[in-house]
Amino acid sequence: MADVLQILPQQLVFGLALGTVYGLIALGYTMVYGVLLMINFAHGEIFMIGAYVGWGVLTALLNAQVGGLHPAWVVPLLLLHAMLVAGLLGVCLERFAYRPLYLRGATRLGPLISAVGASIFLQNAVMVTQGARMKVYMTSLLFPRGWRIQVAGASISALVIVMIMVAGLMMWGLHELVQRTTLGRSIRAVAEDRETAAIMGVNVRRVIAVTFFLGSALGGAAGVLVGLYYTQIDFYMGYSAGLKAFTAAVLGGIGNIKGAMLGGLVLGLVESLAVTFGNPAYKDVVAFIILILTLVFRPTGILGENVAEREKV
Amino acid sequence: MLRLTDVVTHYGPIRVLKAVTLEVRAGEIVCLLGGNASGKSTTMKTILGVVRPTAGRVEFEDRRIDRLPTEAIVRRGVSLVPESRRIFARMTVWENLAMGAFTRQKAPAGELAEDFERVYTLFPRLSERQHQLGGTLSGGEQQMLAVGRALMARPRLLLMDEPSMGLAPALVDQVFDIIQTINRQGTTILVVEQNAAVALSIANRGYVLQNGRIVVHDTARALLAADHIRRAYLGED
Repeated sequence: MADVLQILPQQLVFGLALGTVYGLIALGYTMVYGVLLMINFAHGEIFMIGAYVGWGVLTALLNAQVGGLHPAWVVPLLLLHAMLVAGLLGVCLERFAYRPLYLRGATRLGPLISAVGASIFLQNAVMVTQGARMKVYMTSLLFPRGWRIQVAGASISALVIVMIMVAGLMMWGLHELVQRTTLGRSIRAVAEDRETAAIMGVNVRRVIAVTFFLGSALGGAAGVLVGLYYTQIDFYMGYSAGLKAFTAAVLGGIGNIKGAMLGGLVLGLVESLAVTFGNPAYKDVVAFIILILTLVFRPTGILGENVAEREKV
Repeated sequence: MLRLTDVVTHYGPIRVLKAVTLEVRAGEIVCLLGGNASGKSTTMKTILGVVRPTAGRVEFEDRRIDRLPTEAIVRRGVSLVPESRRIFARMTVWENLAMGAFTRQKAPAGELAEDFERVYTLFPRLSERQHQLGGTLSGGEQQMLAVGRALMARPRLLLMDEPSMGLAPALVDQVFDIIQTINRQGTTILVVEQNAAVALSIANRGYVLQNGRIVVHDTARALLAADHIRRAYLGED
């Protein structure tokens, strides 16, 4: 037990880092659900492609033998590329895989099936073009092993600090955007009442596309962070990360932006505590037990709105 | 100012508007009467481009608008107070009003401030509750907010869909007073109402819509006097 308590602070830091990343991915699910009432099951693949884009840029930098790779400019560069590609990919998905369905008045099941199809397509496209073997992020060249600080018995690497900061900053930025800007207001308006938003002169299709861009870009950024952290990526990584982030979104209350962040944090912390106190082999099971318990006992999630009340409006 | 000529609108295979022809002249208050499912709300949504007509023309200030996106129509000076208010319950009063000015993002800040001021002067209650969520307002306050929100677009033509629905009688009078005030300030108004007696009492002219067609149109005074109208829409035997 003493051993366990000794590694607890360390595990909590891991949990926090993991949780912010889950939260970042969960935002993509929850934002799209907010405006379209649809689960974008291809979001995990967008995250995976973000990781590949980051890997591609990092590898290109290494191959070009640019001297003095410093995370202060390399990490933003990786993030920027991954976010742009992931964001545009999300917009394309919406345009070609979902919009034709919802414009024709398909039931909510139609786009869902289309999303599963898109997910399989993207996985295979990456496998065919990039090969089925895993790729390695040369994180150690960017963040030397010695870069770490000791806090309350935990040894925190610079990378983990960067992860938490980047994810936190993005969540804060998104929150400000959604709460304080005209664009954010129009996203909330479409989420609450699409027709009335249109009556105000909001271009609903454009808002939906922008929402896909934002959510997907955050997923792409999470891909880079996970790649740097675990150092190995493969074309299948979006599957379990996607499911876990989806769990986080449901846990926080699907459609609720703060809920996604909170759900991600809770899930990350619970997972790392489960590893600390239980059998690490059951790590992934924990996420799904949480999903089932949430669905059974509090289907609206921690911060979710009462759905019946929403219908009334 | 606004002219609809033989407008036909479908919801899927169902023809809701069969041939609607009506005109609203600048400065008027025009009332559109009709029973349930006669196509009143659809007429409003068709004017604003929220649903597209399948035939016919909609012209605003002598320009055709039936092919324009809603956004462009709002920008030209038409705005709608939708049926059952439809305010954004999870936004504050201020944010709801800001949504009303959505198409005017490039307007100088001073101009927008003036518009907020105008709405707050018309509805002092909204000013007190600026930071409250829309969903926490009473029915009457929500109606004020819906009207205020539509005014934030600086419309030259204001469409109002059942502004008195679900309001206590005292509030109904208040809403119609406000409609007259807004009209006197220079906004033309087309109002859909079930409460025909009150609506006709402030309107210049009225149209009766039945089954997707305009069946009667006349001055408000004549409609109030006509026997069959009294029987059908004023609830008199």
